[in-house]
Amino acid sequence: MAKQHVTTTVNNDEFEFLCEPKASMLDVLRDELNLTGSKEGCATGDCGACSVVMDGRLVCSCLILGVEMEGKSIETIEGMADGEKLHPLQQQFLDHAALQCGICTPGVLVAAKALLEKNPDPTEIEVRYWLAGNLCRCTGYDKIIRAVMDAAKEMRAS
Amino acid sequence: MQYEAPKTLDAALSLLAGATGQARILAGGTDIMVQLHMDTTDPDMLVDIKNISELRAITESDGAFTIGAATTGAELGENEAVKKMWPGVVEGLELIGSTQVQGRATIGGNLCNASPAADVIPALIAANAITNVVGPNGSREVAAEDIPVGPGKTNLEKDEIVVSISFPARGARAGDAYLRFIPRTEMDIAVVGVGISLEVDEAGVCTQARVGLGAVAEKALLVPEAAATLIGTSLDAAAMEKLAAAISAACRPINDRRGTIEFRTDVAGVLARRTAKIAYDRAVG
Repeated sequence: MAKQHVTTTVNNDEFEFLCEPKASMLDVLRDELNLTGSKEGCATGDCGACSVVMDGRLVCSCLILGVEMEGKSIETIEGMADGEKLHPLQQQFLDHAALQCGICTPGVLVAAKALLEKNPDPTEIEVRYWLAGNLCRCTGYDKIIRAVMDAAKEMRAS
Repeated sequence: MQYEAPKTLDAALSLLAGATGQARILAGGTDIMVQLHMDTTDPDMLVDIKNISELRAITESDGAFTIGAATTGAELGENEAVKKMWPGVVEGLELIGSTQVQGRATIGGNLCNASPAADVIPALIAANAITNVVGPNGSREVAAEDIPVGPGKTNLEKDEIVVSISFPARGARAGDAYLRFIPRTEMDIAVVGVGISLEVDEAGVCTQARVGLGAVAEKALLVPEAAATLIGTSLDAAAMEKLAAAISAACRPINDRRGTIEFRTDVAGVLARRTAKIAYDRAVG
């Protein structure tokens, strides 16, 4: 089957590409657009390592076809820092050592940012439920939760 | 594989009618994308129905809601009017998967995926929900409990599309609820699920009830014998005992790694009592 032409916006940049109909958005981001921050963990929507925001909704990019990106606006981990200046969540993750191997980290950060945009003052329980779809096999989650709570506090104060 | 994203129902039906080989309907994709990845499905065409306005609309007329089949869990969870009238249905849909999955998974998709353990189906059955189906031979209405016929199997004809799901208007003293048992607190598949919807009179006596039961048979079940135990009562202890017994009697589960036959049968009764209590408290207000 012929590839399909897709026009989409990723991190405020417009992209055009030819897409295999079976390719996932994650495949397109990594292999076509060279945005390799989003990771493939399970490819079945269980681990959250490929989390991105599409038209304001947190989603797993492995569960969406590349051709479904047509006309959509997508935010990935690559759009999170402002040039060299890290997002408060990114800085808090470093300060708290909330990552070890780092594979889950881009997805966790994207998911946490989506939460704080919706709810700037979440309880710890709300953070834990929101991030239940982001699996981390290293940290035991505690440092991640503390980093998110502190980033929320910092962002509310600024 | 060919991908099409029609903007109208007519265009979708034409695409399905003209497809050579297997055509499948794509809604949220949270099941199909996994099947594509696992090579357990290999369609020649995917017809994405998310850009069709009838499948995305939520409308209300004199208390009766119609919810587009491609409405996601996240969207329904943000709709205060539906949440107020059908909290149990919203609870069922919102229990499916993670925040990420909620952004994609749809109410019609969960119904048509026809998992015996689907969380929204018992709640739809309890709510007396009617699915509005269109196909090559016109449109028809199908009760929610009649859509699934077995694991992954529906009674939909070839090229039929579930457009929306309608919920009947009901009185002010009405409530519904859905509870499931899972061994952890989040992100799991129901071992047992129970949806109950009921109405009460001024004295708090139950006048109408419907009970949906999930994950204990080859499909989600409507259990009229369980509903009958509630009608005419104020859900006193004796009625709750009869409810639990009727629910357990309706169970015909399998043994699997998530639960044994004995466990599921027993837990179904316990969950039914708890679900009925929540629905009743909501109805009494």
